[in-house]
Amino acid sequence: MMWMSDLPPFIPFYLAAIAILLLRGDAWLKLRNIILLATPLLGGLHLWLDVQPLVSMQASDTLVVAKDLSYNVTFFEYQLEFMRVDKLSLLFGYLFHVASFIAIIYALHVRDTLQQVAGLVYAGSALGAVFAGDLITLFIFWEALALSSVFLIWARRSERAINTGIRYLIFQVMSGVLLLAGALIHYHETKSLAFDYIGLDGLSGLLILLAFGIKAAFPFLHNWLTDAYPESTPTGTVFLSAFTTKTAIYALARGFPGEEILVYIGAIMTCFPIFYAVIENDLRRVLAYSMINQIGFMVCGVGIGTALALNGAVAHAFNDVIFKGLLFMTMGAVLHRVGNINGSDLGGLYKSMPKTAILCIVGASSISAFPLFSGFVSKSMVMTAMIQEGYNYLWLMLLFASAGVFHHAGIKIPYFAFFHHDSGIRTQEAPTNMLIAMTIAAVLCIFIGTQPQYLYALLPWEVDYWPYDITHVLAQLQLLFFSALAFVWLNKQGLYPPELHSVNLDAEWFYRKLLPTSSQLVLNVLSLMNTMITNSLVSIRKGFQNGFLIKRLSQFHLADSWPTGSMVFWIGLILGGYLMMDINF
Amino acid sequence: MSDKIEHEEKKYLFDEPRNVNRLLRGFYVICIILFILDFILHRHTYHSWEEFPGFYAIYGFVACVLLVLIAKEMRKVLMRKEEYYDVDE
Repeated sequence: MMWMSDLPPFIPFYLAAIAILLLRGDAWLKLRNIILLATPLLGGLHLWLDVQPLVSMQASDTLVVAKDLSYNVTFFEYQLEFMRVDKLSLLFGYLFHVASFIAIIYALHVRDTLQQVAGLVYAGSALGAVFAGDLITLFIFWEALALSSVFLIWARRSERAINTGIRYLIFQVMSGVLLLAGALIHYHETKSLAFDYIGLDGLSGLLILLAFGIKAAFPFLHNWLTDAYPESTPTGTVFLSAFTTKTAIYALARGFPGEEILVYIGAIMTCFPIFYAVIENDLRRVLAYSMINQIGFMVCGVGIGTALALNGAVAHAFNDVIFKGLLFMTMGAVLHRVGNINGSDLGGLYKSMPKTAILCIVGASSISAFPLFSGFVSKSMVMTAMIQEGYNYLWLMLLFASAGVFHHAGIKIPYFAFFHHDSGIRTQEAPTNMLIAMTIAAVLCIFIGTQPQYLYALLPWEVDYWPYDITHVLAQLQLLFFSALAFVWLNKQGLYPPELHSVNLDAEWFYRKLLPTSSQLVLNVLSLMNTMITNSLVSIRKGFQNGFLIKRLSQFHLADSWPTGSMVFWIGLILGGYLMMDINF
Repeated sequence: MSDKIEHEEKKYLFDEPRNVNRLLRGFYVICIILFILDFILHRHTYHSWEEFPGFYAIYGFVACVLLVLIAKEMRKVLMRKEEYYDVDE
């Protein structure tokens, strides 16, 4: 297989998407399923066995990048670099194969080929983006991510989902436009389009950071995520949660490591969503908010920029895809079976979906960073790096967010869906393919949590770190158990806010309410002014006319009608007459 | 898709209040043990805040109570009807 070692990983996914498109109809069901399963499996094995990073990465400040230039395509005399292999791109390459494999198993019962094609192109585009060696290639896959993923939202085929998809697409395309503009200015400034360290020195850096920031759901740019992910199909959300934001984290780690502003942005991202998560009713939207919270930890890690912090950021991205995917899968299974995912309407589902409930608890323990679960081994790296670098108050914010994430994602999600009071809903256990996918994810969560050395060996930067010592374990257990104690106490006191049918205002209010309402208002005012001005002009004209009519002049023939028209006519006639005379004489 | 509850249905694990109480009692015991361990085991600390006895336990508890109480207050300002964005005014 060595001859194929430079085959860009997105190509099998795109080819599989074309094959699925051609093989529609029930007759081809088996073959379609084989193609769907084989693509990430063979692609991932190929990446694992045949592709090696050429040079290992050095410490954080300047990334020494290994380049494999053998698979280039010339495009309008410009060389697109599809296959840049180093430990950073390889880590995300493995991750996206694992994630797409799990998501495909989870969605195997779906007969909607639109979703399957969109899912494959989407996963392939994410792979294309992380192996892109230059900014133009990155831009192409950046837009392909947007255009393919929106179909996973539209696949729900409700009017609501279509509107949401349009808003989602506007944000994503905006991100792409900013990236392209930034890339072109970057070329002007540096005469290079290579996608390496970019930094915030020039205008280009700012534009590119903003482009990455939209996809990474920076504060005020985050509502596309909480808007769209809960509106997708049960299976579509599992795809969505894996790729877009993690591609953005990859891009940030590549382009802006150690950029201090990211530490502050990340700290805000860890804190504000947890308040929304506590009062949000749609449990998949709770997960969307908690996703921003988790991305916040990664953004902090990138911003700190030490080897430990960067490793923590990408390791946490790796784990988050799996445990957040697991949580979205369990909630998707509930939605699939019950047809509803509002905390206010669920409860007691452990009776009919016990396996899903247990798998959900594994995901919840992982996102809460319980020792022996995957979140613990990566989040602790970011936390340790944070306090080592002296960000004391921000560290307190992150600690607050760690307690909070346990509160809303760790307890609230399983509690309101599967326990709480019995809602009376009796349904079936999740379909087998969903259970298999969730089990793979759960096993990975526990495996990485108990055997982190295998994940650590894949991390891009050289660092000696081990999470399991008395200090870390005891501190984390105390934090989590007393957070849980707070939940129990608040519930017993009746202070815990009930789940209510509602929406909570967020930054999206500006473009979903203020903008439409105010533009309507502006239109109303303008049309009012239009009528007023027209009316006053008419009455002024009438006034002149009336004033003229009482004069003796108005008795003459020419004054019969509104005078200017006939005046111009007669003057024209007279001038014409002069002209004729001029020509004749 | 969901069937309504039938009354002759079997009892499940947490239908029995005794089981819930057992679970809670076990949970309280673990909390107490963890708090006491703070005084027995030595934690390495990076910062003087961490040396405060029971720092993580107290911080976790207070953080979550504050989180929920603030979020409840936020509801008064931020909460709207579910159809809020669907209605054109």
